[in-house]
Amino acid sequence: MALPTGATIGILADNLRLRRSVLPIPTEDAVRWTRGLGLPRGGRRVLYTGLMYQLIPYIEGLVTAQEQLGDSWLAGFTGVGRQVNKLLNISRFMAHPSREQREAWDRIPRNVALVLQRAGVEFGALYEEDLYSGALAYDLGADEELREHAQIVYAALRRNGVQEVITIDPHTTNMLRSVYPTLIDGYDLRVQSYLEVLTEVAPIPTHRLEGEAAIHDSCVFARYEGVVQAPRDLLEGAGLTLREPEHSGTQTWCCGGPLESLFPKKAAAQAARRVEELRAVSGRGVTMCPLCYVNLQKAAKDRMRFEDISDFLRQAYEA
Amino acid sequence: MTVLQPHLAAEVGVDESFNAEACMNCGICSAICPMDIPHLPRELFRYVELGMRDEVLAHQETVFSCLLCKLCDVNCPAGVHIADNVRSLRHYFNRSVFRI
Ligand code: SF4
Ligand code: SF4
Repeated sequence: MALPTGATIGILADNLRLRRSVLPIPTEDAVRWTRGLGLPRGGRRVLYTGLMYQLIPYIEGLVTAQEQLGDSWLAGFTGVGRQVNKLLNISRFMAHPSREQREAWDRIPRNVALVLQRAGVEFGALYEEDLYSGALAYDLGADEELREHAQIVYAALRRNGVQEVITIDPHTTNMLRSVYPTLIDGYDLRVQSYLEVLTEVAPIPTHRLEGEAAIHDSCVFARYEGVVQAPRDLLEGAGLTLREPEHSGTQTWCCGGPLESLFPKKAAAQAARRVEELRAVSGRGVTMCPLCYVNLQKAAKDRMRFEDISDFLRQAYEA
Repeated sequence: MTVLQPHLAAEVGVDESFNAEACMNCGICSAICPMDIPHLPRELFRYVELGMRDEVLAHQETVFSCLLCKLCDVNCPAGVHIADNVRSLRHYFNRSVFRI
């Protein structure tokens, strides 16, 4: 069954307007990755997560609820409508990731912070002011909510003295680098993904990576942001043999993730097709976006293992 | 009977980046689309340009089934901003149909 599109978009847009995220999560889960890293609050350059990796255990929890309901996670409450969600954050009642699941995803922003620190890059963090970028609202055409939200994100960055932003995932990179300048007059932040920053700094790897992996380019990195060579240079420079699937680089195939919130079955079908392409060249895959990771790993089940690029880089630059 | 709305293209394309009129109907986008979406983007863009609002509204699922992956964009010989045009269509649905 297709989801009621209007009601679904309404709920996500309301969440962004009322709770500053399409899928609001507790502050503790948003900031736990910073523990023990000694990152100053704000400053000229910050590592900005846009909460993408912290959201993953909640999305996974909602997907599990969806499977139990036999439909998308939103189908369970689009019937009761937007009105209830305005008073009560319904998604919090449906997703119950365990502590282990929640903590496991802290690993990715921690990986990135540690690799950047090893490379001698100085940066701070925004802690609870590190907000979701609004990427899903942008894709769903919720333009008014996005415009208002972008101003709030930009104000938090300016308040903290930020001039340069280092991003992790492709969606936050695209929003802060290419979309916000079209929404905000005088937007003047320099935005780079950590993969680009590392390629510029070019630290010498301390450990050699063994073996091979199929590289899955994110559509947003490859076609929206031109980030194609940086991940290849970093991984191959550390010794990993990369296998290119049939659709690769600027011609990459999508993981299906963008359809997860409205048409989960279509999303799963596209993920399955992409997994077959990747599996044809290697039994191990490397992703650079949390949504790609979740969609592809779910479709592959135990037939193929995916790892985030930061896991490889953390190994390559370990002390 | 088809009712034509001459201002539809202007209503959908809120800014100058909406460039559906550049499409020359070559079919590359349809051939390359991983989702095999038959009406996107060529037919839909024609409906918008011709002001065929009912036809556009009848393809709601098509509009929301696009991955916005831009595989079509980077291969379009006419430089049509296909994914951005689809976003504009979604915004039109949100405003005019769903009343968000
Ligand atoms: S590839 Fe471009 S010009 Fe050709 S049909 Fe598609 S949108 Fe039109
Ligand atoms: S952006 Fe949409 S229409 Fe274009 S190739 Fe991707 S899924 Fe198909």
